[in-house]
Amino acid sequence: MAAKEIRTPLSDEVVAGLHAGDEVVITGVIYQARDAAHKRLVELLETGEAMPFNLQGAVVYYMGPSPAKPGNVIGSAGPTTSGRMDAYAPKLMAKGLKGMIGKGLRTPEVKEAMKTHKAVYFAATGGAGALLAQRIVANEVIAWPELGAEAVARLEVKDFPAIVVNDCHGGDLYEEGRAKYAKTV
Amino acid sequence: MATSATKPRELDVSVVTDAVRELCMEANYDLPDDVYAALRAGKEAEESPVGKAVFDQLIENADIARRDRVPICQDTGFAVFFVRLGQDVHLVGGDFAAAVNEGVRQGYGEGYLRKSIAEEPAQARRNTKDNTPAVIHVELVPGDAVEIWMMAKGGGAENMSSLNMLKPSQGWQGMVDAVVDTVSRAGSNPCPPVVIGVGIGGTIDMVTVLAKKALLRDIGSVHPDERVAAMEAELLQKVNALGIGPQGLGGTQTCLGVFIEEMPCHIASMPMAVNMQCHAQRHKHVVL
Repeated sequence: MAAKEIRTPLSDEVVAGLHAGDEVVITGVIYQARDAAHKRLVELLETGEAMPFNLQGAVVYYMGPSPAKPGNVIGSAGPTTSGRMDAYAPKLMAKGLKGMIGKGLRTPEVKEAMKTHKAVYFAATGGAGALLAQRIVANEVIAWPELGAEAVARLEVKDFPAIVVNDCHGGDLYEEGRAKYAKTV
Repeated sequence: MATSATKPRELDVSVVTDAVRELCMEANYDLPDDVYAALRAGKEAEESPVGKAVFDQLIENADIARRDRVPICQDTGFAVFFVRLGQDVHLVGGDFAAAVNEGVRQGYGEGYLRKSIAEEPAQARRNTKDNTPAVIHVELVPGDAVEIWMMAKGGGAENMSSLNMLKPSQGWQGMVDAVVDTVSRAGSNPCPPVVIGVGIGGTIDMVTVLAKKALLRDIGSVHPDERVAAMEAELLQKVNALGIGPQGLGGTQTCLGVFIEEMPCHIASMPMAVNMQCHAQRHKHVVL
């Protein structure tokens, strides 16, 4: 099956057209943010202050890279475990966030918020950071550089490979895939 | 009658620092041959097309990391060391632990590895900015060699590990259930296909060290004790039957290998620890 080509920012129509199990390649701008950045983003939301990037249609990548070697755009750049961002994700979706890239299980609250706000959760391959870094063509830290690998960065990606795990219709590839291959021993 | 004492071999701790620096970089760039072979074998065995594609990415990723000398994974881990220190070695020139930490500082700095250690874990969680301190396990052994194993232990898999203080009445079946439950609950989080270290016996401190030490075994190696080898094979089969598959996307290859280390335990206890490890099983070894 050929991968679906999608561009960011994501519209409701594009999100609605994605289903659990769809392989995609993503092109456009995505935003790097993990634990410490999420804590601060949600604090800004709660105090009504300006966000470091426009959330409308935005895709965040749960990732904290290794330092870039001289001449490289970025260091290794694979996904981190998404579950640690579950406490924050629904608040961001309520303000326009449309896509999340990470790896690992989400809570029922996050999956419900994805249905309510029409958003999608993609998995990228964890532990393939050297490979995924090659699909990142530009990298600029735009907030909280003091957080190091946990800073917010604006990343331009080209044909970034991912797979839809949770869609806005309630589909869940982690559950479906596992059920398909589970055996009784 | 007095016996002549063996003259200790002097070893300057700067040699330890240099070795540790190289271990940190090599472990993070160069996936060990046994793990690489396990990824190739896993791809052949995997029934899910999506799972096969994940294996392809992991193999290509290891090739890129080795060729370009970049980290296999951006989480370059907690630096964990197992040291077998010969009792006839006299370390000179400084503090051994400080020498190891200096090697970590240099390796993670010069090697463009991510610094992932936070101090004051419960409150400030400030990054120590040089990936120190390392975790160092030292075992005193006969002889005049110093053997060091370095493991780069990522956070995602470590978080999915478990300590189980079972009742002796639960027996082996209780252990099987606890291992399967740990892997099942972890799902896609620890970056399957995983490697699983199982510690059995001892005390709560020792059983977790045993579980971690078990991860030093080569994937594909068979335990020399047939009884333990059969236990490992049973766990591998049951874990793979969960269907979690590569990256949790569904498949037959959830685990690349299960390794057990055991020791006797108290008559009242049956401790068991499961140390989860991602497919990027990064470890290197040196003898000084």
